[in-house]
Amino acid sequence: MEINKDLVAASSTPIVLAILAEEDSYGYAILQRVRELSGGRMEWTDGMLYPVLHRLERLGHVEARWVVAESGRRRKYYRITSRGRAQLAEERRQWQAVDATLRGIWQALSPYVPAIHPASAAPLPQGA
Amino acid sequence: MSDPGRGVSLEEQIDQWRSYLRRRQAIHSVDVAELEDHLREQVAVLVDAGLATDEAFLVAVKRMGDLDALSREFAREHSDRLWKQLVVVPSDSGDPRARARTDAIVAFCLAVAAAVVIKVPALFGIQLDQDAGFYARNLSLFVLPLLTGYFVWKRRLDTSTLRWLAVAFVAAAVFANVYPFAPGGYTEALTALHLPIALWLVVGIAYAGGRWSQVGGRMDFIRFSGELFIYYVLIALGGGVLTAFMAMTFQSIGIDVEPFFESWLLPCGAVGAVVVASWLVEAKQSVIENMAPVLTRLFTPLFAALLVTFLLTLVFTGRGVDIERDMLIVFDLLLVLVLGLLLYSVSARDPGAPPGAFDVMQVVLVVSALLADAVALWAISARISELGFTPNRVAALGMNVILLVNLAWSAVLYVRFLRGGGPFTRLERWQTDYLPVYAVWAAIVVLVFPPVFGFV
Repeated sequence: MEINKDLVAASSTPIVLAILAEEDSYGYAILQRVRELSGGRMEWTDGMLYPVLHRLERLGHVEARWVVAESGRRRKYYRITSRGRAQLAEERRQWQAVDATLRGIWQALSPYVPAIHPASAAPLPQGA
Repeated sequence: MSDPGRGVSLEEQIDQWRSYLRRRQAIHSVDVAELEDHLREQVAVLVDAGLATDEAFLVAVKRMGDLDALSREFAREHSDRLWKQLVVVPSDSGDPRARARTDAIVAFCLAVAAAVVIKVPALFGIQLDQDAGFYARNLSLFVLPLLTGYFVWKRRLDTSTLRWLAVAFVAAAVFANVYPFAPGGYTEALTALHLPIALWLVVGIAYAGGRWSQVGGRMDFIRFSGELFIYYVLIALGGGVLTAFMAMTFQSIGIDVEPFFESWLLPCGAVGAVVVASWLVEAKQSVIENMAPVLTRLFTPLFAALLVTFLLTLVFTGRGVDIERDMLIVFDLLLVLVLGLLLYSVSARDPGAPPGAFDVMQVVLVVSALLADAVALWAISARISELGFTPNRVAALGMNVILLVNLAWSAVLYVRFLRGGGPFTRLERWQTDYLPVYAVWAAIVVLVFPPVFGFV
């Protein structure tokens, strides 16, 4: 399933912050975690994660440090800051509101549209 | 080199990919290192899953995404890096070399126009040596409208912005010339000094070309101003050498070039050079990136040492600050200099970098300058009523307060950043938001001071 670009962009901040709230991580591992969590439904273009991480770093939501990995390569690790946690809480509130609204409307729609095929339901949030 | 049967080795392929990435100005080498680590891990995972190395490399590169799109994303995030390639105007109009040539021709014509404009008053009998006051008051009006015109043309500003810029220049011309200044008086000198500062903001709005409301746009203007200053000084030095040789060679055949130099070469060259230097900054935006960090790194510790020594001497010898007429101006200049060091180290600093020793040095510099200035202000405030409020003193005092407020809050923000209490971008935002304050104060000095002080 291809997810709309705007939706990917909007959700990237809470997803990355939430993954970093679990534990400190680096680019590749963050993408792996996104795949795992979405069951492969969210496919980000790998490179695009890095500008997002750098923006969060500039805003002070995450901190970065270089660590030498066991392979001998330098690797950039990111850690969420207290500002980042506050931002995550705020994003969470907003997404919950969006989620609740959509759930409400899906439920209201379902009796009238008896057989929603998953494939035909998918474009709905994109059109919204 | 490599075994043709196995194709190019992975290391070579990664080398190629890395050098391709390095050519993108928006992607710095630390980012390349980060992306490379990602690429290598992806390749390793795919090889473990059973792919051949070169297949794994191709898949990993594909997953990384289109490099143009990626470098655009990096550019959007790190807009400071784009200073070199400036994306203000979309590069749609064909051949870049033809565009560069048009640009050079327009700049050259405007420089000639500035040189002509400064000689126009002479046609009406206003001579440089007899009416120095007229030229001093109007100096910025001879060159800044043309410079603004250059940016209006280059950035393709819309007519509504253009109208406001024109209104600002016309108003400046009216106020600089209708006030009945006493010849050689204080208020005339103050107008001559402050009008360029106020009008520089107008140039900035044209320069930023619609990006004035963004921190990045104003920061670029600060970078531009610094770079213009460096280029202008270099051109002036070159002009000095040229003039010296001209004088010497013509003297050898018994011709005195001084009248020509005074009434033609110096005024025309000085105004034309402003436009030429601006064009150079636009054409080769790379000096400040190398110069400003070097200069600030060199002089920040030296000035910090000077100020700390001064303060210690003041404390241990118990000397009072001598209230001379020019003392406030000396301290104003000191604050301007400290602000310049701060501003250009801020503009060249990577906002993402963690606090370092140089940042501590910067705070020491700012705080010691604030203390030194506080001593001076305290000394003058004790005697201000006795000395009287001359226009010069009020202007110097006002400037001092404005700089003091800026530096004090900068110090607070900087200390917060050092203690991990906020991102560095706050300081950037504060500095760029403060720009209009200087212009507004300068406008007040130009508009309000002369009538209040009776045009003396």
